[in-house]
Amino acid sequence: MLNMFEVIETNNMIEHEKLDVRTITMGISLLDCCDSDLNALNEKIYKKITTYARNLVSTGEEIARDFGVPIVNKRISVTPIALVGGCACKTPDDFVTIAQTLDKAAKEVGVNFIGGYSALVCKGMTQAEENLIRSIPKALASTERVCSSINVGSTKTGLNMDAVRLMGEIVVETAKATRESDSLGCAKLVVFCNAPDDNPFMAGAFHGVTEADAIINVGVSGPGVVKVALEKARGENFEVLCETIKKTAFKITRVGQLVAQEASKRLGVPFGIIDLSLAPTPAVGDSVAEILEEIGLERVGAPGTTAALAMLNDQVKKGGVMASSYVGGLSGAFIPVSEDQGMIDAVSLGALTLEKLEAMTCVCSVGLDMIAIPGDTTPSTISGIIADEAAIGMINQKTTAVRIIPVIGKGVGDTVEFGGLLGYAPVMPVNQYSCEKFVNRGGRIPAPIHSFKN
Amino acid sequence: MSKVIITVVGKDTVGIIARVCTYLAQMNVNVMDISQTIVQEYFNMMMIADMEKASGTFEEISEGLENLGQEIGVAVKCQREEIFLKMHRI
Repeated sequence: MLNMFEVIETNNMIEHEKLDVRTITMGISLLDCCDSDLNALNEKIYKKITTYARNLVSTGEEIARDFGVPIVNKRISVTPIALVGGCACKTPDDFVTIAQTLDKAAKEVGVNFIGGYSALVCKGMTQAEENLIRSIPKALASTERVCSSINVGSTKTGLNMDAVRLMGEIVVETAKATRESDSLGCAKLVVFCNAPDDNPFMAGAFHGVTEADAIINVGVSGPGVVKVALEKARGENFEVLCETIKKTAFKITRVGQLVAQEASKRLGVPFGIIDLSLAPTPAVGDSVAEILEEIGLERVGAPGTTAALAMLNDQVKKGGVMASSYVGGLSGAFIPVSEDQGMIDAVSLGALTLEKLEAMTCVCSVGLDMIAIPGDTTPSTISGIIADEAAIGMINQKTTAVRIIPVIGKGVGDTVEFGGLLGYAPVMPVNQYSCEKFVNRGGRIPAPIHSFKN
Repeated sequence: MSKVIITVVGKDTVGIIARVCTYLAQMNVNVMDISQTIVQEYFNMMMIADMEKASGTFEEISEGLENLGQEIGVAVKCQREEIFLKMHRI
């Protein structure tokens, strides 16, 4: 039978260490909505989403109440819209109407984000995919809750450098289109390499074509719980440190597994995966940077940061995989700058640079995330940053991503406020040397030699 | 069986257990186990109870307990047992 110590431990995690389930994300396939008539397509999309996800938010709230654990976000991911809209959309503006339909459906069912305004162009682009990409600035400027992601490369296919070049331009155009809100549109746009089909976390969530008609994916969190557990292991060696992280990750993930099973049962939708991620929020005590500092770094960014993060990420996975049979999505420690108070502080102090963040992305999920850069950064420089990050993913057979925000009208020394879970960020300097000739070559970077495994 | 864990945390005072148990009896909730301790003048109690034959829904009873806690001046929380079992039992 349960004892009091165990019950108090769990409730302390929830009440004092910010344990929560970060998101229940319902993946919905829109492939059966395809139609050559744009109005009919929009109607079908709206109807399917609002029917399937009708009870998503209320069910999430019920589960949170029953177990006494907060479920922070209820969200939806859909089939990449470039595939769904290809038949009906002849221009970028046609695609924008779908973005607006998604936004309307998200508001109707009460979810705070809907992901899947996406195109998978890791090898080449169809005309529809290019149209969707070109529609992104307008789509994100004219909607509130729609998130967009583009997959520009994979280990199997190499990097589509035409798409990388185009995305540099699109990121800047999106920043300009949303300049009134500190270029917030870019916070809802992710450029991926090796994008997973079942990621529940925004802004990169989409419902892959290999998935069932509808699915429930759950993203767990809990950096605060790991941090507090590690406080008790101060001065201990790495073996004790690793054991502590694994045990904590197991406990956190079990809560996610329970919530996922309940949501699946109550909504009558199959369970997909648990995403074992340490996802920070701007709240103090809910920070991945603070864990790294607890491990022994004066500030995140100091020498040793990459090794500490590699160890943390690996132990989280080792503890988490035993807690759930189906682990997927991104699964790792997130290192967004604006969403993590410890990262913000380290950047403000000059301890953490863009280059160090890039090194950190080699060993954890996911990539350069929520980083504000000067608004006058050129599209080719942004393409260069995307190419570097995608190359790390391609060579290391892992997911990497770029979600950077060139804040129009702001430069190094300024601060940008995104609000809510997106937090705030100091604008970080970018290397000023040009990569324009490299980016403008066009074509593809071939798949690496170790991808030929057949 | 529909087991729940009821926890009470707050400043110790006369009659906390009595009032919580009276409410549970009114709602036809069967108390299976009680443990309590006082840490630095703070009262900590945990009850394992069965709601199978309860005369209200989980939501109603959970809310009723919360309100009762406010009256007494302690925090009362009611959660389904599974969250603790999942976390602490393999």
